[in-house]
Amino acid sequence: MNLLEIKNLKMDFGKNAGALRAIDDVSFTIGAGETVCLVGESGCGKTVTALSIGKLVPTPPAHYVGGEILLNGQDVLQMSNDQLRNIRGGVVSYVFQEPGASLNPVFRVGNQIRESLKLHRPEKANNEEIIRLLKLVGIPAPESRIRNYPFELSGGMQQRVMIAMALASEPKLLVADEPTTALDVTIQAQILELLSELKQRLGMAILLITHNLGIVGDMADRVAVMYAGQIAELAPAQELLRRPLHPYTKALMASVPKLRGDADRLSAIPGNVPRIGNFPPGCRFAPRCVIARPECSKEIPRLIEVEAGRWVRCPFWQAS
Amino acid sequence: MEPAPSISTIEAKALLSPWQLFWQRLKRRKIAMAGGGILIVLYLIALFAGFIAPYRFDDLNTDYSFHPPIWPKLQGFHFVVPRYEPGSGTFVYRLVPNDTKPLHFFVHGDNYKLFGFIPATIHLFGTGDPHHPVYLLGTDQFGRDVLSRLLYGSEISLSIGIIGILLSFTFGMIIGGISGYFSGWTDTIIMRLCELIMSIPALYLIISLRNTFPPSMSSTQVYAMIIIILSFIGWAGMARVIRGMTLSLREQQFVLAARSLGQSHLKIIVRHILPNTFSYVIVAATLSVPYYILGEVVLSFLGVGIQEPNASWGNMLTAAQNTEYLQNYPWLLAPGAAIFITVLAFNFLGDGLRDAADTKSL
Repeated sequence: MNLLEIKNLKMDFGKNAGALRAIDDVSFTIGAGETVCLVGESGCGKTVTALSIGKLVPTPPAHYVGGEILLNGQDVLQMSNDQLRNIRGGVVSYVFQEPGASLNPVFRVGNQIRESLKLHRPEKANNEEIIRLLKLVGIPAPESRIRNYPFELSGGMQQRVMIAMALASEPKLLVADEPTTALDVTIQAQILELLSELKQRLGMAILLITHNLGIVGDMADRVAVMYAGQIAELAPAQELLRRPLHPYTKALMASVPKLRGDADRLSAIPGNVPRIGNFPPGCRFAPRCVIARPECSKEIPRLIEVEAGRWVRCPFWQAS
Repeated sequence: MEPAPSISTIEAKALLSPWQLFWQRLKRRKIAMAGGGILIVLYLIALFAGFIAPYRFDDLNTDYSFHPPIWPKLQGFHFVVPRYEPGSGTFVYRLVPNDTKPLHFFVHGDNYKLFGFIPATIHLFGTGDPHHPVYLLGTDQFGRDVLSRLLYGSEISLSIGIIGILLSFTFGMIIGGISGYFSGWTDTIIMRLCELIMSIPALYLIISLRNTFPPSMSSTQVYAMIIIILSFIGWAGMARVIRGMTLSLREQQFVLAARSLGQSHLKIIVRHILPNTFSYVIVAATLSVPYYILGEVVLSFLGVGIQEPNASWGNMLTAAQNTEYLQNYPWLLAPGAAIFITVLAFNFLGDGLRDAADTKSL
């Protein structure tokens, strides 16, 4: 049994006529100890998908139309509030994009980690454990740091504290929603290294949301590429990077600047990401796709398994 | 223009906690510090009222109605208190020559309870002789020492402000926090209720609320009733502001982070959202205390508050509403001066706190 199985998840913002489909038929799995990357442009539904695992998207305005999110075999969408509070932190922990905004500005960082411990491991809610966690995430002199306020720490330190908070409850799955976007490159590398090291030491699974394909190569076992609320391609990371199959993935990879190249301009995908509620009929990528045919706009293509473990939402993936 | 701070001073500042920074900025505001100092003195005096007051608040001396203030005179190294006796005509007093008594400190006098529970008889000053009184602020129509009543009254008037604020702000914060956090119909119901309370003129609300309580009550009950009435009116304004702040705070990522850890809604409100409003609340509380003190004055002035013979600043002022009294016995206005000083001190302190809490003014 997989740790996490998302099956045909459909979620709207709003109801009835005004409903906007934010997630449409998203399915993927994460096994215990596995790292899965969720890649896509801004607004494609990555974050909403990730927040749904803990049912953290406020309902209303969100509205789950169909599908299941099985965490340890139990459907998160059917859980009571008490059950949800147990799995939040207990099974799945989150690290967010802006470490500065994720920490409460008026509390010392030690107390914020203590809060996480009190909720899930109350017998361990003591200073020794907090110091051990801060050491684990590589904070120097943790004994004095626990008395610091968040604003006294650098961005990288704040993100380490956030990771310590997330780890305090010993989750099975760590969801990291663009954990390095707000940090500069050297700190990015440190945080990512920390995450993969912790993953090996603690044996937890990671769902990493990013739009940086470089990170995918370093971190991921498998990758799900999202476009306009749907999964466009799902594949083992190395295979996907070596040989992308979906035209969107290909276009995405082509727009990564090469270190050694003689191109004068960066190549970009023509057109814009369609806005939610204004999706084109049929394949949502068709208007920007180089291999699009008239029949692409007829009906939404299904996600098909083209090779073992490789799923593509495009019937013409062999073209070009 | 100030010289640019060097790197080392910037670092030194960053290491201070928010409260230390707040205190540093407050210290620079002299008027606010003076206001705070005055308040500390006033509250200390109220705490030791029984000890400082030479007489009890209900000590009648009908021979000495409307006696003007008696001031001790310095004779050599001692203070001596002159004696007056009733002269011809009503409330006219004549100095008795060469009849003085030395003013003693720490004299034995009437029984009182220090802090309300320690029995004591020692008073700060007095003549030790009931027939030779010392009335620093004169007496009222029943010959009761105005200073003593002022001191006993300060126990009530000053504590009503603090307890009232604690009560109404606690309710206002929790209700406002719930309203803003959950929004939707919870918010609608709570906010319409607030507006209902705020739309009724306060004075009518006070009087009609007073009528819901039995007409005769013990002084403790009256005291509790005044606090309940004033808090009942006061929470609505606080709840509205806190609700507005919560609406923006709940969108902050640290609230999502707390939820993602499995924290409950109520604890998120109390532990994460409300503490972020404290800098505003402290300022608002300081600036609101005068309304509670004045609210007690209004109730007692209308005769529905603290009842005679118990003293409060409000019911002492009731005696001063007669213009003839005011002309002839201006010392009856002493509680007015006390209210004036207290309210002003709270406003000075509150203004300073507001400036200090505003980080943009650094």
